[in-house]
This record gives sequence, structure tokens and C-alpha cells, in this order.
Amino acid sequence: MTDSSINASSRPAIERRFRLQWEAAQNAHVLLYPEGMIKLNGSAGEIMKRCDGKATIAEITADLEQAFSTTGLSQEVMAFVALAVEKQWLAVLP
Amino acid sequence: MAGGVAVNAAAAHPTPGPPLWLLLELTYRCPLHCAFCYNPTDFARTGPELATDDWLRVLREARALGSVQLGLSGGEPLARDDLEVIVAEAHRLGFYINLITSGVGLNEMRIRALKAAGLDHIQLSFQDSSRQMNDFLSSTRTFDLKSKVAALIKQYDFPMVLNVVLHRLNIDHVEEILAMAERMGAEYVELANTQFYGWAWHNREQLMPSRSQVERAEEATRRFRERTGRPMRIFFVVPDYFERRPKACMNGLGSIFLTVTPDGTALPCHAARMLPGLEFPNVQSASMREVWFDSSGFNHFRGDQWMKEPCRSCPEKTRDFGGCRCQAYLLTGDAANADPVCDLSPHHGLVTAVVNRADHAGQGEHAERPRVEEKPLVFRSPANSSTLFP
Repeated sequence: MTDSSINASSRPAIERRFRLQWEAAQNAHVLLYPEGMIKLNGSAGEIMKRCDGKATIAEITADLEQAFSTTGLSQEVMAFVALAVEKQWLAVLP
Repeated sequence: MAGGVAVNAAAAHPTPGPPLWLLLELTYRCPLHCAFCYNPTDFARTGPELATDDWLRVLREARALGSVQLGLSGGEPLARDDLEVIVAEAHRLGFYINLITSGVGLNEMRIRALKAAGLDHIQLSFQDSSRQMNDFLSSTRTFDLKSKVAALIKQYDFPMVLNVVLHRLNIDHVEEILAMAERMGAEYVELANTQFYGWAWHNREQLMPSRSQVERAEEATRRFRERTGRPMRIFFVVPDYFERRPKACMNGLGSIFLTVTPDGTALPCHAARMLPGLEFPNVQSASMREVWFDSSGFNHFRGDQWMKEPCRSCPEKTRDFGGCRCQAYLLTGDAANADPVCDLSPHHGLVTAVVNRADHAGQGEHAERPRVEEKPLVFRSPANSSTLFP
């Protein structure tokens, strides 16, 4: 399911029932929730830590491209945000 | 560089990852007396509870090893008046903190203090959907109090997991239980079929549901899920006596889970203290690093060198790790046997015999069928514990 309401100007935020944090022991970002934990891979962690409810998806993408000296990430970021919204890890503010 | 000896040693006791899940059983004191409690039946003779400073040190050392999910349980953790201090330190350290409670003792003053201290989530137990059954099964009058606590949990904006342990006497009320959870605004519901350890093991014949009861409960859960969709997530924990493969208990002993009991004994699962021949360290004399990496009690069942047939050569051993060591011990007398829930175990008949007895219980007109022996439930209490273990 892709949510057609998500676009480059959407502002994703961590869903309020999840907590994102860096875990050095796992060398990964994790999402914490009641009695559970999701270990994120590198790119998912980099995207999610930028989802503060203020930055738009376009801004997040630009920031990532700058941080990793690359271009053309917009599709990957959009696809991940859509997935994370479907899984209710992220909420999207218009 | 790796000689044969080193490789074998590694296979015998592979170096584990972090103890991601830390459960602190802060006390065995409990206002409830549930007949299905997994606490040891001899809890009345365990040593004094750890002091606040010991718990805080355990938290700091475990966090340094990578523990991140923290359960505060018991007994009833609210019986400790330093719970807020423990929560505050855990929050400062970066734990995600789950309070696992009967609700008794959770008044507005304490829930406000726990929120301020950084508590993340509350799992509230009910014993059934009606006052009469809840109060009978917990051997207390607590239903109305628990209902008030559920409202407080919502008022203070905690995510709420409603936990109900299912067994023969309440499993037919699954629909009512789910409706109650929905009314209370629970985000998650755990319908946890009884695991038969501790007091539940003692009362097993009285608590074991029949096959048709389990099927009806699963069907009722499925219908409820279909009707309500996403908002409330329901976990139906299948009673493993009815399965043909064992649960991957603790994801393998000593792989992710570490629990500390009220007297400071560290265990790789809630019930492991019963396992004979194993020595478990006490956090008063061992650091959490020594507990996790160096103690024989934690190393013994790591890897697969301890396994016997049919597990040792079984391709599924990497999936279920041979099941539950405590169940293997309780049912067969040898903790290294395959969990007899597995139908590949030569002892599987012990499990099906119990289920068959439950299926035919109460059908006295069929004189040839075995019946559940009629004896009263033994409720969890210090007095009953002392009677069982004078």
C-alpha cells in the first residue's frame, strides 16, 4: 500500500508511540515500543533520525545527499517513508 | 590462526550478543494470589530483597553491556517504595522502561511520579472480564481497582498493554475480555495462555484447557480482529502443550534475555533456578559482565553442544533451540532432553496425555476416560509457599 498523500513537501515524524535511539552496542538505530524493539539498517536509521516533524521529505533527501556526497536518493527516501508510515513507525504531517 | 581446539570451544559456548532484554523482579511480595503465577512455589524461603543501590548498579552495568528493554516486575513492583528512584535512573541511562503490574498500589500520586521519572509503558494484568471471575482467580477483590487504574493509565498518556493469562477457567471468556480491553482503550492485548511453571505447574491439571476451548478462543480472537482492524493489536500466545514444535524459548538460553530475581540471583530465564546442577551467580558478588559472559549458569545451554538426540542432528535446532529447558526438566527429569512439546521427542506422549485428560475432564459419564482429579486450586501466597516448602 502506498499512501498517495505522501509527497516531497510532507513532514514525517516518529510516531508518538515509538522512540528512536542510537544503540552503540548494536551499532544501529533502534525503534523502541512496549516490550519490543526494531533494529534499523544503516540507511533506515539515517532517514528516520532526520524525521523530526519539521523537515520536509525534500529537505531530508537533500540533507542525506549532502551528508553522503551523493545524488538521486529521492526515490529511495520516498519509498522508505511510505513503508514506515504503513508500518506506523512514522506519522506524516501535511 | 584458528586451530581446531579454538573452533570447538567457540561452538561449545559462542560469544553472545548483548543482553538486550533485562527483567528485574524487584520483589516477590504481591497483593494478588494468582494460581497460575510462574514465580517459584518456594519463594517464601528466598533471601532478602536487594537494596536500592544494588538495583541501580545492576541497571548501570547492564546498560553498559547493551541492555535496552527493561521490564520491572515481581511479584508486584509497586510494593517497592523506591520504584520511582529505579525508574528515574533507568530513564537517565536510556532504557525503554516497561512496568509490569497488577495495578494494585498505582494511585494518582504514584503514576504522576512515575511519568515524571520517565516510565515509558505500563502492562496491566486482568484475570478475567468480570468482577466475579477476576476476583476469584486472583483470590482478591481487585477488579474495580484495576478498572480505575486502566483509566489512570490512559489519563497519563501511557501506552497500555492489557495482559490476561488464559487457562481452563477463563479461556471461554475471550470475547468479553477483548471487549473490555477495547472499552478501556488498550493499545495492545496479550492473551497469554498459561505457561506451566511455578504455581501454574502445581495447578496444571486444573488450569489446562481442552483442545476445543483453545480452538474456540482462537476463533473468537480472529473474529474480533476482523471486526476492529488495526487500532488494538492482539497477541494470542498459543499454549505450547497443543503444538507439535516447541517455542524458541528465550531465543535460546543466554542469547538476549537476563533476569534478576528479588534476592539478586541472575537467571537466563524466569524459571531457570529450578534446573538442577547449574550454579547461577548473584549480582551482589558478580558484576553483570561476569554474570553474562563468564558464569557457568549462563554458558551451559549456549550453543548446541549440550543437546541430545533428536535435537542434536535436527535441522530445526537453529530455529527453536530444542525448546524450553525448564519444560524438558519438569516433564522428563532431564533439562538436556528435547522439549517434549516437540512431536519428534520420544517423550511427546507425556504432553498429549495431559491434553487428553483435559479434553475428557468433566465427562464423568464416560467411565473409561481419565478424569481431571478434583482438587482445589492452590493460590500463590506466602502461607501456601511455606506449606509446600516447610
